[in-house]
Parts: sequence; structure tokens; C-alpha cells
Amino acid sequence: MMLGLKFPSIENLVEWPSFWGNGEWHTLNKVGLSALIATAITLGIYFAAASKAKKNLVPVGIQNLAEVGIEFIDNGIIDQTMGEQGRPWNPFLLSIFSFVLITNLFELVPGWQMPGNARMAFPAMLALVVWVAFIGTGLKYQGLAYFKNAIIPPGVPVFLIPLVALIEFVSTFLVRPFSLAVRLFANMLAGHILLVTFIVLCEALWTTDWFAVFLPLPFIMLVLLTGFELMVSFLQAYIFTILAAVYIGSSMHADH
Amino acid sequence: MELLAQLAQVTGEDQIAFGEAVSAGFAYGLAAIGPGIGIGYLVGQSVQAMARQPEAAGMVRTTMFLGIAFTEALALIGFVVFILLKFA
Repeated sequence: MMLGLKFPSIENLVEWPSFWGNGEWHTLNKVGLSALIATAITLGIYFAAASKAKKNLVPVGIQNLAEVGIEFIDNGIIDQTMGEQGRPWNPFLLSIFSFVLITNLFELVPGWQMPGNARMAFPAMLALVVWVAFIGTGLKYQGLAYFKNAIIPPGVPVFLIPLVALIEFVSTFLVRPFSLAVRLFANMLAGHILLVTFIVLCEALWTTDWFAVFLPLPFIMLVLLTGFELMVSFLQAYIFTILAAVYIGSSMHADH
Repeated sequence: MELLAQLAQVTGEDQIAFGEAVSAGFAYGLAAIGPGIGIGYLVGQSVQAMARQPEAAGMVRTTMFLGIAFTEALALIGFVVFILLKFA
């Protein structure tokens, strides 16, 4: 081939060597560190804002940021999906939103460039938390009748009940967490691979041969895709949170 | 015919790799068709709804994102299958 074009294997794109405690329980690599940083930033912002809110009535500085986040969750997500009685879920949804958003944004930090959610462990764990949350809500509001209400929709003919119950059981308790996790994971991994593809193209065209004149094309594409990935990071955090809200809201009442 | 003759000469391992590469491409390509049509239709209808009733735009937008999320899941599962066939 004319170009020295060699696409790195998938292991090189998502598997990072651990730089501390190799193989022990406290093993830490880039991905794990991004989770810790995301947690620290989230806690830092909201606790700093809370301590300020006690002192001054008019929001200043970081308090503004925190209030924007809280109002976005209240107006943009809870009111649209769960209604007034979903308000107590704000801290839970806000934590999920901030965590997913910040780990996603590490995709674009120069020199870091690894979205934490491109490893299946994070989305799977978050989806598991949401799964426990919506089943727990169902049990709290409806008792054990929740399982009956969840798998047998009203108005189904008697002879169809076994089939419908099976489909509803699979779609509610198995497909929901699976698709929640896979959606976030696959979006972030696809974005990561997309950026890598154009970076590899740029690097291959960085030569003294005549075809170096094509270098601006993949580079412009790379810049545009970086902006696109910024949007995807926000959108996926939003979609993950809103789906969590929909699932939790749907187990508060039996279908009607 | 020449291509077929060449294909007949490759070893079994090459054939498996060939099959994997081809089916990986088809897996993603086919998985993208349905969601592509679906998301196009969905967003088009949402734009129409927003244009007809701008005061309901907020609600329509939320529902639109939900619909996109569900539709897109199929394409993304196709992408995961592509990764599994190609690299795993």
C-alpha cells in the first residue's frame, strides 16, 4: 500500500496499562482514574455550592452552576417523565447525569482521550443500579403486586396472557438494563473509534509525498467530529438519565 | 472465475477470516437500515408536530429523544455484533 496506513487493534484503543497496584484490588488505570475524578468533581461542585448556599441568598459563582444542574434535572427530566412526585429522585438522577457526563467528556480531554464509558463495566454497573432502583420503587409503591402489574398489562385476552407475560417479563426485566448499558457503551466506543480513525488518517498523510495535500480533509473532519462528540457526550448523559427517570416513574403506578 | 479460483486456493483459516470480515460488514450495514429509516421518520414527524403546535415543542422534544434512544438501540447492537465478529 502506498500509505503507511495501519489501524491499531481494538486492544490498543480501550485497554490501558495500570499505573498503580498491578493486579491487586486497588489496581488503577486511566479508566478507573476517570471514574474517581468524575466522582470527585461531582461531589466537589455540589458540596461547595451547598456550603455557599447557607451563607448567601443570591447565588454566586459555583452555586449558579449547581443550580443550573438541579433545575435542568427538575424541569427537563423529572417534570416531563415522572411528574411532581418524582422530585425526591433529583439527587439520584443528578448524580447519574453528572457522572456519565464527566466520564464521557474525558473522550475529548487532550492527552487523555478515553471515554470511561467505552468500557462495558461502567455502563453495566450504572444500569444495574437503575435496575435495582426501579424494581425497588415498584415494590415500595405497589408491593408484590408490582410484578403482576409489570408483566400482565390490563385488557389482554385470557388465552394470550402466558405469551404476553413472557414478552413483558423479558422486555421489562432483562432487555431494559441491557439496552440501557449497551446504548451508552456502544455510543461512546463508536465515537472513540471514529476519532481514532481520522487521527490515524491524519497521521498517515503526514508525509513529504505528493498525497500530503489531502491532509486538510481528514483534519477538518476530525475537528468537526470533535464537536459532534461533544454533543454526543451531553446527549447520551441526558438519554441515560431520562430513561432511568422513565423506568422509575413507570414503576410508581400500575399501567392504566 | 479468476476470483473463484483464487478463493479456492486460500487456506481454511483465511476463509474463516474472510467470512468474519464480510459478515461483520454486513452485520453493521444491515443493522443500520431499519433504525436509519425509523429515526428519519420519527424526527420528521416530530418537526411537523413542533411546527403545527410550537407551544408543545418541549414535550415533543423529550418524547422524540426517548423514541430515538429506543430506535437507535438496534443499530448499536448491530455495531456491537460488528465489533464481536471483527475483533473477538
